Amino acid sequence: MSDPKPEKRQSWEEGGPERLYVLTSGRSTPSDPAPLDMVTLIVTRNGPGSSMQPEQAGILRICDYPLSVAEISAYLHLPVSVVTVLLADLLGSGHVEARAPIPATSLPDVELLEAVMHGLQNL
Amino acid sequence: MDCKISEPIVGPRSEDILPASVSTAVKVVIVGGFGVGKTTLVGSVSEIRPLTTEETMTQAGVGVDDTAGVERKTETTVAMDFGRISLSEELVLYLFGTPGQQRFWFLWNGLFEGALGAVVLIDTRRLEDSFDVMGRLEERGVPFIVAINAFPDAPHYAVPELRKAMDLPESVRIIDCDARDRASSRDALLTLMRYLYSLNTTTTEPQ
Ligand SMILES: Nc1nc2c(ncn2[C@@H]2O[C@H](COP(=O)(O)OP(=O)(O)O)[C@@H](O)[C@H]2O)c(=O)[nH]1
Ligand SMILES: [Mg+2]
Repeated sequence: MSDPKPEKRQSWEEGGPERLYVLTSGRSTPSDPAPLDMVTLIVTRNGPGSSMQPEQAGILRICDYPLSVAEISAYLHLPVSVVTVLLADLLGSGHVEARAPIPATSLPDVELLEAVMHGLQNL
Repeated sequence: MDCKISEPIVGPRSEDILPASVSTAVKVVIVGGFGVGKTTLVGSVSEIRPLTTEETMTQAGVGVDDTAGVERKTETTVAMDFGRISLSEELVLYLFGTPGQQRFWFLWNGLFEGALGAVVLIDTRRLEDSFDVMGRLEERGVPFIVAINAFPDAPHYAVPELRKAMDLPESVRIIDCDARDRASSRDALLTLMRYLYSLNTTTTEPQ
């Protein structure tokens, strides 16, 4: 595996920028800028409605259990920037819940690091 | 409405599903030049087969063909590999491999924000590839360690020699690593964590 994937680039371009434009209704940034990180965990709260975009319905389907924004992007074959826009709507309508990656103040950095080290040592 | 046939969305395999109890995700970035072993390292320690996320970059400016002298826009798609390690029922670690070259720095915005830190992977045959990256990490205030990925045909240097060649202060940890080896890759991550821990416990001392 190498970093730029020419064959993938090809297939991506077939989808074309128009597809992204349609998916995000012309918006390039979320209307309600939720602080979504690549590792924000998304979990479905309510199943898809009948008039939902297939991509959004797909997100609701695969997020039965927590998935990061990056994983959603990988499974949907869409850039993170597009997934973020789709998720902003789903968050707004309460279809999904987001678990922010930045640890709350209740979990001090040192404690978090200890938990990470502990987990790694047990690998 | 146009009916476009799109490929069905396939989610994680059953063995790749995270428990519902996971509440916190953290991330670490593996950065380095092409072919230095980023994807290999991510794959060695990841519990899932590495996944790929793509981002498009639109760059205005002079293209590769600068004889034209025309301002042009270029669109490039960059793939980023990532993996995942469940550390407990509540905590999960994501590892992102990202190319270090300056033209990919646009990827860094969403990537390094909130990251615990970075592992700079180095091939001793191309030390200079890493200079810009380390400078940039310093600028952004991202703590990092340096891991020398030992390729059999690469010259082996002792750490002090490398430190001198890369002009790195004693405070930056340099370790040897074999990205193909799970334990070795895990140890690189642990070295980063211990470094972060030391930063944390020395700078948060009461005044
Ligand atoms: N001998 C040796 N080969 C390695 C090592 N790490 C990676 N490779 C090989 O180097 C090539 C490039 O590695 P890759 O992980 O794709 O590099 P990336 O471009 O940084 O993601 C692959 O063929 C790997 O199998 C290593 O530690 N030792
Ligand atoms: Mg790679």
